[in-house]
Amino acid sequence: MNLKTITVLISKEFTIELRQKYALGGMILYLVSSIFIVFMALNLNNASIHPVIWNAILWIILLFTAANSIAKSFIQEKKGILLYYYIIATPGEILFSKMIYNFLLMMFLIMAGVLIYSIVLGNPVQNMQVFSICVLLAALGFSSTFTLISSIASKASNSSTLMAILGFPIILPILLMVLKVSKNAIDGLPNSNSFNELLTLLAVVIITITTSLLLFPYLWKSS
Amino acid sequence: MIRLINKSWWKYLGIILVYYTIIAGFLVHAPRLAILHESIRNLFFHVSIWFAMVILLIISVTYSIKYLINPKAIFDNMASEFAKTGIVFGLIGVVTGSIWARFTWGSWWVNDPKLNATTIALLIYLAYLVLRLSMENEDQRARISAVYNIFAFTAMIPLIFILPRLTDSLHPGSGGNPGFNVYDDVDNNLRKVFYPSIIAWTIMGFWLTSIRIRIKNVKEKIFELESKNLF
Repeated sequence: MNLKTITVLISKEFTIELRQKYALGGMILYLVSSIFIVFMALNLNNASIHPVIWNAILWIILLFTAANSIAKSFIQEKKGILLYYYIIATPGEILFSKMIYNFLLMMFLIMAGVLIYSIVLGNPVQNMQVFSICVLLAALGFSSTFTLISSIASKASNSSTLMAILGFPIILPILLMVLKVSKNAIDGLPNSNSFNELLTLLAVVIITITTSLLLFPYLWKSS
Repeated sequence: MIRLINKSWWKYLGIILVYYTIIAGFLVHAPRLAILHESIRNLFFHVSIWFAMVILLIISVTYSIKYLINPKAIFDNMASEFAKTGIVFGLIGVVTGSIWARFTWGSWWVNDPKLNATTIALLIYLAYLVLRLSMENEDQRARISAVYNIFAFTAMIPLIFILPRLTDSLHPGSGGNPGFNVYDDVDNNLRKVFYPSIIAWTIMGFWLTSIRIRIKNVKEKIFELESKNLF
């Protein structure tokens, strides 16, 4: 695995992202409109929302945003570009570059999402330290899982439906751990209370990345 | 394992063990426990069918790995048919478990980590079937579904084996609540039926799968012969 190839591939992703501004703008608009729908649907009149519901709705919105934004990483690639990649890079490098790019994108989207969500619905989080680590690991988990799923779904005919039904059951262990840690952070429990969950989350993420790296070459061959 | 399909001794063994499970399962002396009472006999059906499901799904993943190493159509057939039988066993397990829960815990469905985990496992394997149906090219279908099968299985390991142990559950073996042996919650009489019943249901699953694989093979042969006659 060549570090230089990976950086070149990542910078290419950023260039494309900045060139077609509608993609990133679209994702932020997606976040804003879904958060606003939640706000209207809950019909809050200056009343604060229960922390459990705050937590659940935040992560559901972020999950859907992640699925939608990462879905395009392989589905939107044209066949010619895939052939070109095949010449210049190994499968591991391509998967890694996509994962790192998606991770950075997810970090940006999750932070933007949390910010907008807190402005509209208030922010009950008491232990910011644990919450930030939780956001970091969630971004890592979402990006690593959905990157491989996106490359699987891109091979089939109804890829946008497949992205959801293949991805959601697999992301669930990660999502459950994230929900638990983030609930701990909202309740203001000390760091030591969330340590076990964070470690398990990290282990699950490492398992996902390793299996993705092992399996991606086989997907790559079939394109 | 493929060679076993054409042998018949294991089928007789399976029939004997299933009869043994049913007859001994209803007649064996069960310990008198509060709440559980005679419903403990469901151990030979609900628990062992889910054990058999896990075994069948492990076989399915093994064949997916085999397919990636050595792409032969038969491995792909085995993987997908074992997964299908696993789904059927999972559904039987859900139904028997739901009835058991009604009479011991008081409701048909409870929010329990193990129940949720198996429901998600069923969702994953149903998604696997949808993925298979949405691809035309056989070669591509076999390879991509094999990749998904392996990926999903590794994602399921924390779900079924690790997460339920971290949270509180009504099932034994969770939330620091030890499983078998420590509380004597499976006593020796029950064990004499419980272990054979796992083998019995596994063999039944194996038999079911082998029949489906043979039907598939015959259909392929018929298709080949028909296409030869056309030209």
